[in-house]
Amino acid sequence: MLSDKDRIFTNLYGLHDWRLRGARARGDWDGTAAIIARGRDAIVEEVKASGLRGRGGAGFPTGLKWSFMPKQSDGRPSYLVINADEGEPGTCKDRDILRYDPHKLIEGCLLAGAGMGANAAYIYVRGEFHQEYRNLQAAIDEAYQAGLIGTNACRSGFDFDIHVHRGAGAYICGEESALLESIEGKKGMPRMKPPFPAAIGLYGCPTTVNNVETIAVVPTILRRGAAWFSALGRPKNTGTKIFCISGHVNRPCNVEEEMGIPLRDLIEKHAGGVRGGWDNLLAIIPGGSSVPVLPKSICDSVLMDYDSLRDARSGLGTAAVIVMDRSTDLIRAIARLSAFYKHESCGQCTPCREGTGWMMRVMNRLVEGRAEIAEIDLLEQVTRQVEGHTICALGDAAAWPIQGLLRHFRPMVEVRIANYHSRDTRRVAAE
Amino acid sequence: MAKVTIDGIEIEVPNGFTVLQAAEAAGREIPRFCYHDRLSIAGNCRMCLVEIEKMPKPVASCGQPVADGMVISTDSEKIREARRGVMEFLLINHPLDCPICDQGGECDLQDEALGYGRSYSRYHEPKRAVSEKYLGPLVKTVMTRCIHCTRCVRFLAEIAGVPELGAVSRGESMEITNYIERGLSSELSGNIIDLCPVGALTSKPYAFTARAWELNKVDSIDVLDAIGTNIRVDSRGGEVLRILPRLNDGVNEEWLADKGRFAIDGNKRRRLDRPWVREAGKLRPATWQEAFAAIARRLEGLTGDRIGAIAGDLCDAESMFALKTLMQSLGSRNLDCRQDGAFLDPSRRAFYLFNTTIAGLDEADALLIIGANPRREAPVLNARIRRRWMELSQFEVGLIGADVDLTYPAERLGSDPSVIAALRTGSVDFARKLEAAKKPAVILGYSALMRPDGAALLAAAWRLALHFNMIRADWNGFNVLHRAAARVGGLDLGFVPQEGGQSASQMLVGGVDALWLLGADEIDAAKIPANTYVIYQGHHGDRGAARADVILPGSTYLEKPGLYVNLEGRVQEAARAIFPPGEAREDWAIIRAFSDVVGKTLPFNDMKEARESLVNACPVFGEIGTLRRLATLDTTPPAGDPDAVSSEPLVEPFENYYQTDPISRASPTMARCVDEILSPGRAAAE
Repeated sequence: MLSDKDRIFTNLYGLHDWRLRGARARGDWDGTAAIIARGRDAIVEEVKASGLRGRGGAGFPTGLKWSFMPKQSDGRPSYLVINADEGEPGTCKDRDILRYDPHKLIEGCLLAGAGMGANAAYIYVRGEFHQEYRNLQAAIDEAYQAGLIGTNACRSGFDFDIHVHRGAGAYICGEESALLESIEGKKGMPRMKPPFPAAIGLYGCPTTVNNVETIAVVPTILRRGAAWFSALGRPKNTGTKIFCISGHVNRPCNVEEEMGIPLRDLIEKHAGGVRGGWDNLLAIIPGGSSVPVLPKSICDSVLMDYDSLRDARSGLGTAAVIVMDRSTDLIRAIARLSAFYKHESCGQCTPCREGTGWMMRVMNRLVEGRAEIAEIDLLEQVTRQVEGHTICALGDAAAWPIQGLLRHFRPMVEVRIANYHSRDTRRVAAE
Repeated sequence: MAKVTIDGIEIEVPNGFTVLQAAEAAGREIPRFCYHDRLSIAGNCRMCLVEIEKMPKPVASCGQPVADGMVISTDSEKIREARRGVMEFLLINHPLDCPICDQGGECDLQDEALGYGRSYSRYHEPKRAVSEKYLGPLVKTVMTRCIHCTRCVRFLAEIAGVPELGAVSRGESMEITNYIERGLSSELSGNIIDLCPVGALTSKPYAFTARAWELNKVDSIDVLDAIGTNIRVDSRGGEVLRILPRLNDGVNEEWLADKGRFAIDGNKRRRLDRPWVREAGKLRPATWQEAFAAIARRLEGLTGDRIGAIAGDLCDAESMFALKTLMQSLGSRNLDCRQDGAFLDPSRRAFYLFNTTIAGLDEADALLIIGANPRREAPVLNARIRRRWMELSQFEVGLIGADVDLTYPAERLGSDPSVIAALRTGSVDFARKLEAAKKPAVILGYSALMRPDGAALLAAAWRLALHFNMIRADWNGFNVLHRAAARVGGLDLGFVPQEGGQSASQMLVGGVDALWLLGADEIDAAKIPANTYVIYQGHHGDRGAARADVILPGSTYLEKPGLYVNLEGRVQEAARAIFPPGEAREDWAIIRAFSDVVGKTLPFNDMKEARESLVNACPVFGEIGTLRRLATLDTTPPAGDPDAVSSEPLVEPFENYYQTDPISRASPTMARCVDEILSPGRAAAE
């Protein structure tokens, strides 16, 4: 269990002052100029050494991502873009950083900007986050006034500007290239890769897109050192992580914990356990709606980090733990997710545009059981036809929950179908 | 260069190539719907997936650049399976109404479904239906068939420069629409019909007319503007049903302007299908013999200088040559192919050609347009200028003339032609940009040349071109933008007033007693005095025929073989797709037959001989299809005083793009375009 001295987000619950004075009291903006003075390469190396991986879902090593940015400008500016379009169902971690600890993010932007040679950051805030946007903007204004960002930020000689851009409520705009399109004023549709944003990103310039949480932990890593951060968790899965525990637990909460904590420990220590006890557990979605659901048997022992969950054929995602007890109609829950993905598909590429609707319709029938047994395999095949064939990961995200359901709960679906057919009196009458 | 292995074939391709291009170079065809080599890459259909070694997922080959040592397989079982999946998705919401779809038989989706489709559907849910969109009188929509490849959106935004289509809503509900439900205002809108890989966008006038395999296909040349667009004429049973563009990178690439594509229904309306003779003020049907006899009677006793001939805009070179030969043998020096009165100096080709050449525009880095609106006068050429503007970060376009939307930004230098002189003295900023350019070009249009001071404007433009070093051994930036397909050919073969002869405007106001109009309709017939005897040879009952004393029914460009010279001086051969109606004949043959009646028999008996004598008289007609770029070192200016330019403002060349010649004026489709696109308010009110 994470000890209090290793906590990064010390105002996660908003119990203290979120403004500059409070942030400074918690240690933010301490010696920022000195960190910048270490130089660009030192910052990137430190982050690389810490083993920090992207907290937005894909888990790409952050330092490595920064090192893709051009060392020498060809005349184009470089940009840092912060993905604060937190839309993954079950996830609410960035929201608490934005409203209770905005200075961690702002300082992180400055240091990340210094690390990749970007003099401007765009923070793309989810449209529904109104209060969060106001807090963030107020914190940015404070930081400008205090000379922490802007021209000669923190008197380091480094110029850095932060712009806040508000989204309009599309899940797909959380995909990094769709997010860039959206900032540019276009319809939020993911771009083809290559070219990657580090080569051609925002307004055609080299860009790195990072999640809020990723950037917000950077100042602490640079202050306390990579060795401290990488000592937490397991190799390749280092540091702390905010887990968002929701669903059928006694005390749903956000909590910062060490990576690699057993899922059961996480729920029992921080969320007051599963409603009705651990044995009442049916299944858990461990990383937000996009990752496959895990049955209780796996939940008993799985560790909460990127690699363990990948080995369990699920994923850490955004670490949004959605707990479902035995009262849950799991088929209906997954069908609801299918409806979500159908609604949020941008419509650009074929498999996702057509496949999400198909999957949703079959899932809706499976909720009632109004289907043939053979359609389970059909549905499975459709998810395979979508998976890996699309421009962005939304197709995968739509396919995986269903794959998880069919992998672990196929008998449940079969029973549902059988029940429906045994009730079907019209068929009996016709015979 | 990158060395890649595609299905075991090793091939070296340039570094910028995509995997799809490399596969094509290796002779491996990859199915695609959204990819088009002249449009930006969208990568959204997912049909072109391939497998690349060391990449975990199948990759869309259209957007993947090649890298040295790549090992690609385009036809593995995994890839086939992926494509089958994509095809199934494309088809689940497609109406599968091929039997009533006009795209049937030439549909990409149909073709690929043969290879990757199932013979049955596994989709038992309700299908999507999409409401039709109104895109004007030319493009018919059946949007339920749309597969969202966005080729039409990209074409209009990128090539045509009129971004009137887009996608609204997302996911399954995404629809391609112009939202305001008004006709597309692009002059190139018909091309989206060709681009559409399915039957979502089809030709409205051609709807439910024929199947692709029933048509006779003839390669020919479009004459409704001066570009010389290469076309394929599709006909059935003596009727031309549609026209499609052919590929020619030097001329039209693969685009065709709307007038050339859709005006064909004018080809069968208001036709002159028998000779007519005016008797006691009224035209009566006559036989060929009667018509010829009437002309011969009138010509009897007239000296050559009282006889004249004017050639119109759509004439083939052979018939102009035949008429010129006939006129000369009758002793006439009164010939003119410039019925509009435009001042074009025929003494050297460089004075009236588009010397840069159409393809040469791809090298230009600054452009000055004087008295022209290429968007309306030559839409396909305008698309090339636009592409050049898109390619270069700095492509300066200056415009002297009316304020028109060219689809790319142009710095308007005013409509007063005295700016030309100001540019030369450097008192206008744009002069700096022309100076800085390595390959600047000037385009001189008809609204300048048709003015009384046209000669002065031509000379002034030439002097300007010399001043900015546009005319040199490796580059000729002096261009005249023609509108009429016959004009350059007429000038080339010397259908202009001979020594001491009269010009068109003189002939029209009583300079001659007998006037032979060869398809000349863009004239003010009211000016012709009552005692001038007018012989009209042409195909449509238009302005010329209305005033005629004798009408000789000729053929349109679809009904006769013939040579046309496009504005850059490229000789191209049009072919006969159908036969002329009734007693109408090929034009050169009419003149040949008449020459017999007056005892001045022309020295050729068939088309081949006619063309041979034409080539003998004028060797440029011997090189068909190819074009030599002229390295001009002769800087002698054209006739005309460059300082005599009046300050009268230049006017919009023509407002009505859709009706500019007898064929398009007879076309109901073009009339609908005028109603619904040019004056949409009026159509709604009616």
